[in-house]
Amino acid sequence: MPALRARNLSRFYGNHRAVEGLNLDLHPGEVLGLLGPNGAGKSTTMQMLTGNLAPSTGSVEICGVDLIENPVGAKTHLGYLPEIPPLYRELTVSEYLYLAARLHRVPKSSLDAAVKQALLHCGLEEVAKRLVGNLSKGYQQRLGIAQAIVHTPSVIILDEPTAGLDPLQIRDIRTLIEELGHTHSIVLSTHILAEAEALCSQLLILHQGRAVFSGSMEALCSERESSSLEEIFVRLTRQENPA
Amino acid sequence: MIATIAAKELKILFGSPLAWTILGVLQLVLAWLFLSQVDAFLNLQAQLVQFANPPGVTEVVAAPLFNATAMILMVVTPILAMRMIAEERRNHTLPLLLSAPVSLSAIVAGKFLGLWTFLCLIAALTIAMAFSLRVGGPIDSGLLLANILGLMLLAACFSALGLYFSSLTAQPALAAIGGIGASLGLWLLDIFVQDIAPLHGLSLLQHFTRCNRGLLDTADFAYFLLFTAGFLVLAVLRLDQDRMP
Repeated sequence: MPALRARNLSRFYGNHRAVEGLNLDLHPGEVLGLLGPNGAGKSTTMQMLTGNLAPSTGSVEICGVDLIENPVGAKTHLGYLPEIPPLYRELTVSEYLYLAARLHRVPKSSLDAAVKQALLHCGLEEVAKRLVGNLSKGYQQRLGIAQAIVHTPSVIILDEPTAGLDPLQIRDIRTLIEELGHTHSIVLSTHILAEAEALCSQLLILHQGRAVFSGSMEALCSERESSSLEEIFVRLTRQENPA
Repeated sequence: MIATIAAKELKILFGSPLAWTILGVLQLVLAWLFLSQVDAFLNLQAQLVQFANPPGVTEVVAAPLFNATAMILMVVTPILAMRMIAEERRNHTLPLLLSAPVSLSAIVAGKFLGLWTFLCLIAALTIAMAFSLRVGGPIDSGLLLANILGLMLLAACFSALGLYFSSLTAQPALAAIGGIGASLGLWLLDIFVQDIAPLHGLSLLQHFTRCNRGLLDTADFAYFLLFTAGFLVLAVLRLDQDRMP
């Protein structure tokens, strides 16, 4: 059973097509990279996969639970880092993680352990008592990831987890995602192709709301007869582009 | 889950200077009102004794105090409520709640409970002052009880109304102005539509005034509860609409 399955997923804003006819299968332990130029529909797709947006058509299943019919049940298996981390500036780092853990129904007896584990995993122990509002961008991003993994969900969805970070922080977060990828299923969107190449076993390339490629990295390279992801990406996303 | 969200709202409220400032300023204003009412009562006491059925200290001091608290809550609640949804929307923090295994109604109920608890804290200041009158002599506990119930239910109405307006926009200031306008309008409806009898029943003032006089009427309670439930449901629907295509 796939950890995450989406069928014929579409979302329209009025007449504007944000995403259309998207199919997606993610198995346990896989890391799926969602690639595409700006405005291709990556964030909209992720919002639909996490129940933040209702799809115009199609269905999403998380660990076999339908997200539309049983949203609460499906979201139990889900961790989500949106493009802008949803942080409360007035709380301290550990207060915030306790809140996230409680919201995700971590049992009372394992709350302390879950928060401690998330702090450790994301390298946040030394700032645990600081106010979220006073953290640097890099730490805020880590806290955003910590919030998504504190309840050890089966599926983690990360929307541009390395956006706006410096090279050192990017390396740290990549290492973190690699570690998480061994035990969780991850969907990850990014602009950085090298990142996708390094982290992802599966790729989904979106262009103007439609999937132009879906499959493993090896399949992509052999199918398109090139070993450079950048070259393939440019070729795929230039097609039917009016500009 | 509702309690978790309510606790979070209170924590964030007390993490900002806003809650403390509001509590401090209101205590100052209410204490001043209270003392001036006590003063007036002491001055009038000699004349009151001559009446056959003179109004007691609860009627002269406590009832106007509760009335003043009600007016203050009307202005303060939208300011507190504006943060609840509008600011979360503006700060992009709603996805934390929306992608957690929590239903929309639990989110709204939690936020409502947090806000209402804070308002009850403000009401508690007034209630404590009213009870301090016992130092000087017996008080009319029936009248006091009606006022306490009325004030708490009114606070629930204002909270629900404020939350609904907060759910309409991503601009906290807009939510506050809308909320104040709506509660003021509902409060004064009574004066605006003197000729149209059925509309009187919609006025918040009408229903609270009866509690203020010591009248416990199930019709008033039903009004307060329906009002609260109605606006909470509207807020849930509004949040749901955000997700819809």
